[in-house]
Amino acid sequence: MSTTASARTAADLRADDAKVTSATGSKAGAAAIWVDERTGIAKGAAYMMKKVFPDHWSFMLGEVAMYSMIICLLTGVFLSFWFVPSAGQIPYNGSYVPLQGVIMSEAYSSTLGISFDVRGGLLIRQIHHWAALMFCVAITVHMLRVFLTGAFRKPRELNWVIGSILSMLAIVEGFAGYSLPDDLLSGTGIRAAEGFIRSIPLVGSYISYLLFGGTFPGEAIIPRLYSVHVLLLPAVLIGLFTAHIVLVMVHKHTQFPGPGRTNENVVGFPLMPVYTAKAGGFFFMVFGVLALISALVTINPIWAYGPYDPSPVTAGSQPDWYMGFADGALRLLPGFLEFELFGFTWSMNVFLGAVALIPLMYTAAGVYPWIEAWVTGDKREHHLLDRPRNAPTRTAIGMAAFSFYVVLMFAAGNDIMAIRLQLSINDVTNLFRLLVFVVPVIVFWVTRRICLSLQRHDREKVLHGRESGTIVRTAEGKFFERHEDLDEFDRYKLVAFESPAPLALPSATDLNGVSSKDAKKARRRVAWSNFFFKTRVEPVTPAELAAAHHHGEHEAIPGGSGHAAIKHDKHPH
Amino acid sequence: MNALAARRRHPAAIAILLFLGLALVGTAYSLLAPKSAQAAVSTADDVALGKQLFLANCATCHGLNAEGTKSGPTLMGVGAASVDFQMGTGRMPLAGPNVQAPRIDKVKYTEEEIAAIAAYVASLAPGPAIPEGKETTGEGGNVALGGEIYRVNCAMCHNFAGSGGALTRGKYAPSLYGVEGKYIYEAMLTGPQSMPVFNDTNLTPEAKASVIAYLKMTQSEPNVGGMNLGNLGPVSEGMFIWIFGLLLMIACAFWLGQKAA
Ligand code: HEC
Ligand code: HEC
Ligand code: HEM
Repeated sequence: MSTTASARTAADLRADDAKVTSATGSKAGAAAIWVDERTGIAKGAAYMMKKVFPDHWSFMLGEVAMYSMIICLLTGVFLSFWFVPSAGQIPYNGSYVPLQGVIMSEAYSSTLGISFDVRGGLLIRQIHHWAALMFCVAITVHMLRVFLTGAFRKPRELNWVIGSILSMLAIVEGFAGYSLPDDLLSGTGIRAAEGFIRSIPLVGSYISYLLFGGTFPGEAIIPRLYSVHVLLLPAVLIGLFTAHIVLVMVHKHTQFPGPGRTNENVVGFPLMPVYTAKAGGFFFMVFGVLALISALVTINPIWAYGPYDPSPVTAGSQPDWYMGFADGALRLLPGFLEFELFGFTWSMNVFLGAVALIPLMYTAAGVYPWIEAWVTGDKREHHLLDRPRNAPTRTAIGMAAFSFYVVLMFAAGNDIMAIRLQLSINDVTNLFRLLVFVVPVIVFWVTRRICLSLQRHDREKVLHGRESGTIVRTAEGKFFERHEDLDEFDRYKLVAFESPAPLALPSATDLNGVSSKDAKKARRRVAWSNFFFKTRVEPVTPAELAAAHHHGEHEAIPGGSGHAAIKHDKHPH
Repeated sequence: MNALAARRRHPAAIAILLFLGLALVGTAYSLLAPKSAQAAVSTADDVALGKQLFLANCATCHGLNAEGTKSGPTLMGVGAASVDFQMGTGRMPLAGPNVQAPRIDKVKYTEEEIAAIAAYVASLAPGPAIPEGKETTGEGGNVALGGEIYRVNCAMCHNFAGSGGALTRGKYAPSLYGVEGKYIYEAMLTGPQSMPVFNDTNLTPEAKASVIAYLKMTQSEPNVGGMNLGNLGPVSEGMFIWIFGLLLMIACAFWLGQKAA
């Protein structure tokens, strides 16, 4: 059932298109022709239909993100029918008794209306919010999978950058939405955001004044956030997302190495009908899971928070999880980072965590493909993915960065942790201040160890077969476990990878014995290359395999470079 | 008048004046001060029994005359309400040193014993009495008003839904779920530990009743949105989506991947 699309150049792709003829005699066929004659869509559609997608569960994570976003868009339209983006104060007279008669903003009142007086409103509200959380979770793990498999390498660097921007905008979009209902928690969030903006050196208070149309809270912020949330950011998200998907189409999807899978082909199912059916089915599964969660579990019970009023704050005021890392950083930064200089107050204790961190982190992520390419000097295209263990240093970097993020995220729950675990919040905070430095280092080291030992284990398996569990007793009474040889397909997966050696040190000085600028740069690169590749495990070469096999005569062995390949022969193994 | 004027410098005059002044202040105080417990219920027997119980159970920490020691504060003037709250919620007698006396639901003392000790403590110095009447049940309270009072005065420590919250250095504001109206009232009246006192000029008895009514109402209403995940706010929601949401999605993706085309 699998199809191999082997064309890579644009010209080849077009050549395929030409062969397509539609027009069956049916009515549908006639309609298709009618449309095609007026739009010329058949060519494109046929091109799309023949696109081939490889199957692997981790390739679906991006789809979870895509579907969650679509679900957010659809449910969001429903909410916008009733939501009133206004800070105008009115008394509440809806059906939620504990708030009847309370003066509140129209935004809050209309959100209560959606929750209690619009049929199905609460369910849709909860789907919208759970889908937003799922969207951000899916983006995060999708990003991890792209990183850990090296899918960001040439030619996909641009798509990686687009992805990074998408991921950053997604959390901003989420924050804007979370701030709209004007309940106690979201108001506290806006209040905090206003503080963050003010912490921007020199211009902070002016920016805040402009955004809020005066002093906090004012009447302007909610309608403005509304425009951002339903118009500006969705438009940008959809635009970037379309570019993202188009680039996936243009590059074709990557695949894990395997027999018959090369850098020049894609092995998988054609978009029509198989993949579309699967993807369509998957949309309904994602929707179903989100609807189920939303029907069973409350999210953001705004009626319990009460209307926003600048004086009260509730214990356990937290942003949604995707903003958690910034909140966590804010909670960890020590107060002494605020100081006065040149007659200004510099609130670095706030600015670094709440404002600077987000763009810094995403910039670091965005430029990583170029950093790695510089270190490896690798200018080739990569359409085959790395198994994470086969790029130990990259995997370790990815996990270390992720652990840094996770520590910050957990730090945002320091108060909840303190009360649930009966600890002192001061101790918890200090512990996190330590962990944020220590954990990434440990995670880096441990991950690299694990990758290397997994690679060694793979080698063992290739050379000596897998443990069969059968204990054999020899005539002399010795016991040993019989090892079964791997079949070629399994073996191929374990040997088909590259393990580049670190660059060698060039002579440190030029001909005259003077250290040149270029040499210095080269040395720096060698140092990095060593950091990446010094400890490494090489794939089993055919020669090694032959040596390990006493019955290996029938293996056809191609000349081994560092890159091992095993050719198929006719004997079933 | 003349006679009075003549005796103005009489040595006894100063004593009489002093006496009159004290009597006046005293009457005014007894009129204005919070009613104390022994007025209504307690008898001399109660106080005697209370003293006995106090010596046996509390004196090690609070001193033989409730004057306080290194291991416990003085109870002079804390009033019967404070004793009733502390013992009725199982906080006292304290089992051992701790950052904060924990609530213990299994109370080891009978109501009579608690009343006796409360009477004894109240007999030492005037303090807030055990509140009675409909205010403590929240009857007649205005729920919406109570909600507003709650959010302004209590939510920053006890969380929006009364789920509790962390304070500094291991102290915490406990959950308010299932706390009896009387103890909510007493907590406001006596301000245990890090909690501020909300006396009757701060929050009138009607306001207190409204807070109680609000808490009772929100705690007894059904969870309209489904499970509430402990009403802890976005942290538990985030945990939920990372663990269950992601797991379910990956399970679906995996299952679909296993399906032959
Ligand atoms: C192990 C020592 C210990 C014992 C025994 C003990 N207490 Fe306490 N008590 C304390 C401490 C410490 C505090 C102050 C901190 C607190 O409230 O947790 C306190 C506080 C109190 C308060 C609150 C005072 C205020 O300012 O409102 C009351 C009332 C009280 N105790 C009554 C009692 C009674 C009645 C008993 C006996 C049944 C008792 N305690 C036994 C240690 C003790
Ligand atoms: C500064 C923080 C703070 C504020 C504000 C506060 N409390 Fe408390 N509250 C506490 C602490 C701390 C305790 C625990 C005292 C103890 O364990 O002795 C407590 C205990 C209580 C208890 C006892 C619960 C139990 O477990 O028995 C009740 C009831 C209560 N508070 C109600 C209120 C109400 C109602 C308000 C608002 C009018 C309020 N509190 C405001 C900190 C606070
Ligand atoms: C709006 C959010 C996003 C959506 C809807 C989305 C959707 C998708 C989809 C459906 C695919 C194809 C299938 C797959 O590989 O999973 C894909 C591929 C890709 N995504 Fe995303 N994605 C999003 C965010 C991101 C982020 C945050 C990154 C990383 C920074 C990223 C980087 C990539 C890359 C590099 C590819 C190509 C991977 C390959 O071909 O193997 N995307 N995306």
